[in-house]
Amino acid sequence: MQKLSLKKGVSRKSAYNLRDPKDDKPERHTLAILVDNESGVLARVIGLFSGRGYNIDSLTVAEVDHLGNRSRITIVTSGTPSVIEQIKAQLSRMIPVHDVHDLTVEGESVERELALFKVFAKGEKRVESLRLADVFRAKVVDSTLVSFTFELTGAPEKIDAFADLMVPLGLREIARTGVAALARG
Amino acid sequence: MLKEPNPTGIKSGAQIVVDALIEQGVDTVFGYPGGAVLPIYDEIFQQTKIKHVLVRHEQGAVHAAEGYARSTGKPGVVLVTSGPGATNAVTGLTDALMDSIPIVVLTGQVPTFMIGNDAFQEADTVGITRPCTKHNWLVKDTNILANVIHEAFHVAITGRPGPVLVDIPKDVQFAAGKYQKRSKDLRKRYNPQTTPNDKLILKAVKAFENSKKPILYSGGGVVNSGEQASNLIRKLVAESNFPITSTLMGLGCYPASGENWLGMLGMHGTYEANMAMHDCDFMFCIGARFDDRITGKTDEFSPNSVKVHIDIDPSSINKNILVDIGIIGDISVSLDKFLHVWRERGSKSNTKELKNWWQEIQAWKKIDCLKFKNDTKSIKPQYALQILEKLTKTMDRYVTTEVGQHQMWAAQFMGFEEPRRWMTSGGLGTMGYGFPASIGVQIAHPKSLVINVAGEASWLMNMQELGTAVQYNLPVKQFIINNKRLGMVRQWQELLHGGRYSHSWSDALPDFVKLAESYGIKGIKCEKLGELEKAIIEMIEYDGPVIFDCVVEKHENCFPMIPSGKAHNEMILEADQPENKIEESGAVLV
Repeated sequence: MQKLSLKKGVSRKSAYNLRDPKDDKPERHTLAILVDNESGVLARVIGLFSGRGYNIDSLTVAEVDHLGNRSRITIVTSGTPSVIEQIKAQLSRMIPVHDVHDLTVEGESVERELALFKVFAKGEKRVESLRLADVFRAKVVDSTLVSFTFELTGAPEKIDAFADLMVPLGLREIARTGVAALARG
Repeated sequence: MLKEPNPTGIKSGAQIVVDALIEQGVDTVFGYPGGAVLPIYDEIFQQTKIKHVLVRHEQGAVHAAEGYARSTGKPGVVLVTSGPGATNAVTGLTDALMDSIPIVVLTGQVPTFMIGNDAFQEADTVGITRPCTKHNWLVKDTNILANVIHEAFHVAITGRPGPVLVDIPKDVQFAAGKYQKRSKDLRKRYNPQTTPNDKLILKAVKAFENSKKPILYSGGGVVNSGEQASNLIRKLVAESNFPITSTLMGLGCYPASGENWLGMLGMHGTYEANMAMHDCDFMFCIGARFDDRITGKTDEFSPNSVKVHIDIDPSSINKNILVDIGIIGDISVSLDKFLHVWRERGSKSNTKELKNWWQEIQAWKKIDCLKFKNDTKSIKPQYALQILEKLTKTMDRYVTTEVGQHQMWAAQFMGFEEPRRWMTSGGLGTMGYGFPASIGVQIAHPKSLVINVAGEASWLMNMQELGTAVQYNLPVKQFIINNKRLGMVRQWQELLHGGRYSHSWSDALPDFVKLAESYGIKGIKCEKLGELEKAIIEMIEYDGPVIFDCVVEKHENCFPMIPSGKAHNEMILEADQPENKIEESGAVLV
């Protein structure tokens, strides 16, 4: 990580308004959006992103409060500081949106993603894939004589790293859930 | 045949719709019937509290509702059927969204059990209108119908106003359900911030006091905030002696006859307003949104000013132009606080520097950017509007416009003393807006003079509404500036595309007088300069709808103009100047 050369505002501990809004370098932000769980709400949020040309790197959504009828949408997006500001303002003014949290600037947070990997391998490669899965603490959830399906949970970077290692060993398919994130503490 | 009151509270969905509208204080609905709204039309037939105005096309219904809403401050209401009824309303919805006009559109839908089956006249109305409404609802249960309609009105008029749509399947209209009265709980779900942050107000006051070359730049948000906002702006200007300009949407908030008025700013705004925006050291943006028609080239927009922006919509702040102090709040509430703080601190301003600033502004004014060469024979469009203005400005008058050159000339040459007197399609630029809008305005103000300043091409886009004007005997005056061209398109082709006038004229215009006569109303054609004044008086005095065909010079351009891709201080003042060619980089912009 960039511990020694922190750019202004990138630190998760820095106050948000220290960020330079005129900076035009894109940043990656994780947004947690609490919405009413009603029909069409996901379409509204996605439509905002596509209609206004914002990026979605990852998106997850599920009901999190059955009695309160709330869902949580976690979106990983990237854009310049002013675009990120716009995204938050545009989301906040939607009627079914109750809260928008920018986890990237609101203090520390944890991000996790679950992924399934199907690897076809024989001989030494098959053994190696099992060994690496063990290193990454991936679980074998299905196996045949010619393939394994691994389940791995972790930060997106860990999933990426495991995928990179599996490619030469016979990775055929990946399914990823997208990022779920919570602020710490 | 009127229905007896029903004390049980159990009603049909269609009855609930009508009762909810009545509870919301609706007196007029603009609409067009069809299969999927027949139950609601049946209920409308059996009551007298709501007047239904039958339009000739659903787009006309929405624009009429916009005219009604803009001129009264109350939400406009539209009732149309499913499928094509709903899709025809889309342009009006988008127009209302861009200009923040509160309207409530009720659409019929195929029965719930047929949704998704490609039924006759089925369209995914909430899907299609999601990006062009502030919010929309598909109601699948009669028991929540009343509540949804109440919420729809609440959303339409609260915060930054806008259009909403409620889609009601036919079986929901037939089914019985419980009527719910409007409750205050609606605030819980949607309650945008209206009170500004005190610290920011204080910061803004300090910047205001320290300014040497200030300018106030007001917009449509002032109109939407209510009469009080206009009054406060007038007080602020009178007490500070600061100059003020306004966007197209905000005309009338500060009176055009006011001493500190610089005229409209922006692409076709006045030279003095744009130069003052460019050279100021303090800009106070009140309920405007730094639209691209206003800013020109954003990199060179007002480079040396401290910018304060008040807006009720947080997403408007820092969207196009980064400001130094962004205040989220209702204009009336914020200006009230601002004035209070400023007065408490002694109503300070830099009088001496302000005097110098006014001298600079007076020098720009002397250029007389709106001057034009009058012709001896043909009517110049600017002249036609000058005469129209001269003859009507003291009257109880409302003006709507279509979109194009005539719209800009109307904004330049007509003056408005009060808000809500000027209805135009600003954000979306919808040709065909003005005629139906004038109908909506006239319905709301039956005794007033309502003039639609139109271009012949725009006017033809919704000319079917002649039927509406005639049916309800609405004395709307259609003042058509007829240059037989798509004037603004032609102007851009001349300036940007080497004079290749691709499809920007019409070879088949109707005889407007005969067209009027075919509907049994008055048509007036005027081609001669000397007859213009008399003809306009005849139009004003006629008790009924009039189509006025004002045949004007065909190739007049609208100046001054900030070419696209240029800054405020690079305005074109007159045609025929070789340095006024627009560069290629500007040509890609709209």
